[in-house]
Amino acid sequence: MTSEAISLNPPRSETIRAMNKSGVRVALADIIESFIKWRVAFIFGWQDIAQRYRRSRLGAFWLTLSMLVFIGAIGSVFGALFRASMAEFLPYLCASIITWNFLSTTLNEGCNTFVGSQGIILQVRMPLFMHVIRMMWRNMIILAHNIIIFPLVVLVVGGSIEWTAILAIPGLVLLCLNLSWMSLGFALICTRFRDMTQVVANLLQVMFYFTPVMWMTKTLPDHVSSLMYQLNPLYHLIQLIRAPLLGQNPDALSWIVALGTAVAGWAWALVFFGKYRWRVAYWI
Amino acid sequence: MTFIQLQNVSVEFPVFNPPSRSLKNRVLSIATGGRIERKSDRLVIVSSLDDVSLTLREGDRVGLVGHNGSGKTTLLQVLSGIYSPTRGEAIINGTCTSLINISLGIDPDVTGYENIRLRAAMMGMSPREISAKLEEIAEFTGLGDFLDMPFRIYSSGMQLRLAFATSTAVRPEILIMDEWLSTGDEDFRERANQRMTELVDSTKILVLASHERNLLTNNCNRVIWLDHGKVRMDSSPEEVLPAYFGSA
Repeated sequence: MTSEAISLNPPRSETIRAMNKSGVRVALADIIESFIKWRVAFIFGWQDIAQRYRRSRLGAFWLTLSMLVFIGAIGSVFGALFRASMAEFLPYLCASIITWNFLSTTLNEGCNTFVGSQGIILQVRMPLFMHVIRMMWRNMIILAHNIIIFPLVVLVVGGSIEWTAILAIPGLVLLCLNLSWMSLGFALICTRFRDMTQVVANLLQVMFYFTPVMWMTKTLPDHVSSLMYQLNPLYHLIQLIRAPLLGQNPDALSWIVALGTAVAGWAWALVFFGKYRWRVAYWI
Repeated sequence: MTFIQLQNVSVEFPVFNPPSRSLKNRVLSIATGGRIERKSDRLVIVSSLDDVSLTLREGDRVGLVGHNGSGKTTLLQVLSGIYSPTRGEAIINGTCTSLINISLGIDPDVTGYENIRLRAAMMGMSPREISAKLEEIAEFTGLGDFLDMPFRIYSSGMQLRLAFATSTAVRPEILIMDEWLSTGDEDFRERANQRMTELVDSTKILVLASHERNLLTNNCNRVIWLDHGKVRMDSSPEEVLPAYFGSA
């Protein structure tokens, strides 16, 4: 387009500007471009992990080891407190903690995605969602290191892994779909309002106790309604991975909730991201 | 068709934690930097570019001059698509690379070869492109076997060589630079300059911000003088440079 065309036809240039700067299309274009450039996100996500554990002998398996120690310690203390059978409690705790750890680290790091990538954002024009993919990929690598513990624990307590475990894969996909819109939203909000990072961290800490992660739903006393966890979307998200690993089918309700929040969440995130994407560079 | 078009572009930064606005601050702010205005009690706005309109076409070799805080860097960032203007519109048509921080993406703990790949990925090169150019980049650095060593053990001159060699391997349509990249010892500097010239010659639009008069005279066919976020002069180097630097 030449300068003449624009001066001849000002209303049209107006629409171009509006289209270029904000709107759902901008959000979609950004996200599509991020997936086209997935390699950059994957290279640097991998680099993040490699950097952390370079020159250590165990490398990233320190993640596995420290998770193993943590689960062992917590398992023996809380197993005794809850008077649960170790054969049941340890695999439950293991699947819970590993899934929760993935969920909460992703959301916490989600808050810092844009602030932490300041150097890149202000120097290279890249799609912003790429930073979210990088962060999610990094956490999936950690999850892959942690999940090794699960079969070990099952083996030690003499249990077995059922075929239902395969259902954990669609569960993980749904979980990631949900975590990605939440991370994108948090990343935007926390770039503008830096205090929100602390608020999110705090909320997640509280949710850790409210959600059946360490405790089992069946240990709830009778006078406490099951609504306490049924109303909690995080419970359903975790259940989609935990239940299959433990040889159970997740409730239909869990699938519905996870699918519903993914669709509604992404719809909101697209509008929100479309509206404020262009402001991110200014807020940093 | 490669072009850049800015129409009535303004860039205003919100400052969320404004310092107390005393009279002293007000007086000082007149001396350097952009205009500081107060929208309300809470929000302070720093205006960095103010109603800038320009069109860059293929073949333009644009030099950008102006005092500190005149908006040069912000303009470069708008031209590279990092900031969308708060008002007005910016249309950038063409692949664009900015050589502002040439070390972005480098990880000191991995080898030179790895770093060439990392830096190239950060510049937006595809894996195929990287593989194709790897040997040429490696050779240009002149680092030889050191490329198999971790980057952190390099001397700072060697580190710059690697960053430079990789960063200048791109062939964008629009090239944006904040000062000329020159680096290394006498021998390398000569080769580096030659490589820079090659790169600059291959791009369709060059935007170079600089404080060096000779550089601008040698490389540019158009100079834009920014002053307090506005275009003060936009013309041939013969006209703008004497006005800006003084005719001496």
